[in-house]
Amino acid sequence: MDLRMKACDIRTDIVEIIHRAGTGHIGGDLSVTDILVDLYYKQMNVAPDKAADRERDRFVLSKGHSVEALYAVLADRGFFPKEDLLTYAQPGSKYIGHPNNKVNGIEMNTGSLGHGLSVGVGMALAGRMDKKKYRVYVVLGDGEMEEGSVWEAVTAGGHYKLDNLTAFVDRNRLQISGPTEEIMTQDKQEDRWAAFGWNVLSIPGNDIEAVDDAVELAKHIKNKPTVIIANTTKGCGVSFMENQVGWHHRVPTDQEYEQAIQELAQRRMQYAQDSE
Amino acid sequence: MNISETKSVRIAYGEALLELGGTEKNLVVLDADLAHATMTCKFGEAYPKRFFNMGIAEGDMMDTAAGLAISGFTPVASTFALFGTGRAYEQIRNSICYPKLNVKIACTHSGLTVGEDGGSHQSIEDISLMRSVPNMTVIVPCDAVQMKKALTAAVEMDGPVYLRVSRPPAPVFTKESDSFEIGKANILRNGSDIAIFATGLMVYEALVAAEELENQGVHAAVVDMHTIKPIDKESIISLARKTKRILTVEEHSVIGGLGSAVAEVLSENMPTAMKCIGIEDCFGQSGTPEQLLKEYGLSSANIVEQTKIMIKKA
Repeated sequence: MDLRMKACDIRTDIVEIIHRAGTGHIGGDLSVTDILVDLYYKQMNVAPDKAADRERDRFVLSKGHSVEALYAVLADRGFFPKEDLLTYAQPGSKYIGHPNNKVNGIEMNTGSLGHGLSVGVGMALAGRMDKKKYRVYVVLGDGEMEEGSVWEAVTAGGHYKLDNLTAFVDRNRLQISGPTEEIMTQDKQEDRWAAFGWNVLSIPGNDIEAVDDAVELAKHIKNKPTVIIANTTKGCGVSFMENQVGWHHRVPTDQEYEQAIQELAQRRMQYAQDSE
Repeated sequence: MNISETKSVRIAYGEALLELGGTEKNLVVLDADLAHATMTCKFGEAYPKRFFNMGIAEGDMMDTAAGLAISGFTPVASTFALFGTGRAYEQIRNSICYPKLNVKIACTHSGLTVGEDGGSHQSIEDISLMRSVPNMTVIVPCDAVQMKKALTAAVEMDGPVYLRVSRPPAPVFTKESDSFEIGKANILRNGSDIAIFATGLMVYEALVAAEELENQGVHAAVVDMHTIKPIDKESIISLARKTKRILTVEEHSVIGGLGSAVAEVLSENMPTAMKCIGIEDCFGQSGTPEQLLKEYGLSSANIVEQTKIMIKKA
């Protein structure tokens, strides 16, 4: 299947999960979707029955508030039944509002920002010690880059020349209370990471082909880790959510839900026609 | 007490780590640029490929340890207690204890006996911080011999452990043959008038105090509370039943440490007259370890005095 169509399906699942549960971080889910789809349907060596395989690629969603996007992808890939997500965010459910390792396919508890890249550094050091070929992927938010602890990990990743580590910055330019550049300047991300010794790729982050090319390229870079600055649109795929700060944590009304589903279906149809 | 040998618990920690490194091939050690003070340098020299100096970045070190644990290694992360448990508290909480990862945190230079560095470097809240986090085990070895047993037991168990290690040379008074079981207090001396529960370097002070009390006709039991969490409820309750008086002694704030842990057990199970000796909700200062312990009442003399006050009251 055209991965663009898969991304439409995942976006539809995300909107459904959040509408049904009445909670979730929809804007960031929709901006990060294409990265997850490329990793989980094309690039990463992961499988539901091999969640503990020592050769598997590792993934850490450091911007853990986008957990609904990760749940949608993992369920679709068969890591757990889709029906499990009916319990999402309810008491007693392991499908909590942020990632945790009780869920099959989730490596690490995240959500408190500024931790995931350091964890990825540990995984990458372990892979090197074990002489394993697996790669480690970490997705950070652009607002998350304001956490100083991230830069400790950026420093360590560069210092240890971890070429088995690839980080993404989901650069949608919005955070919970407004545009990143108004709250705390984040430009130029590219220059900042490069100064710490990372290989930097800057791409349109909602273009799956561009994501895929960048991930592929990163595999061949030696002696330094790669960061992919994914320039994305918050709320991508739903017209009235795109670039709207209010959709960081808003839940669609029934009417908004219908419209969102319709828009995503139209988009999917367009891709289907394209690929015929 | 007739003790001829003294040895820093942290020196014993470094030696124990080096020894374990030979048999435990999954053991990896991380330090935040203090390896020559925490003594992880010995392991680092012997096993350079399994040793990571993460720089002066304690938070990053703890999260990196988490990533190594997920990948099947047994990481031991070391720095000073203040920075390990204070600066990196949230990394320990959210990235190590919440996912219940097999990370050992061994922090040296705990308490007032850091000495001359003063209040900024003297961790007097670390036991409180670490024992309040779910899934964490908290161990405070009392001397160099027990240190090795504690580290071995910590590495053998699965899950997060905090080991509180002290800096200065200290009396070596336990024996190789003494038992060590996580969560099981060691009753070092029986007595019927009062039970003194002590931890870390204060265990020795409690033993010295008990001898002096014996000379004065007071029979004090002494318990080495090497594990603060899980706390040995049975020993606490049975000794409270027997002696009717409980004294706790720790090189830590009186808020949230051993005294609080013992009080939590007694208040729910066997309300008993209690006195907590510790740092009275204030910061430390510069001085030699001996000067500071005396200044803050962490001495056998004060244990004797407080015991006599308690006995007079009853």
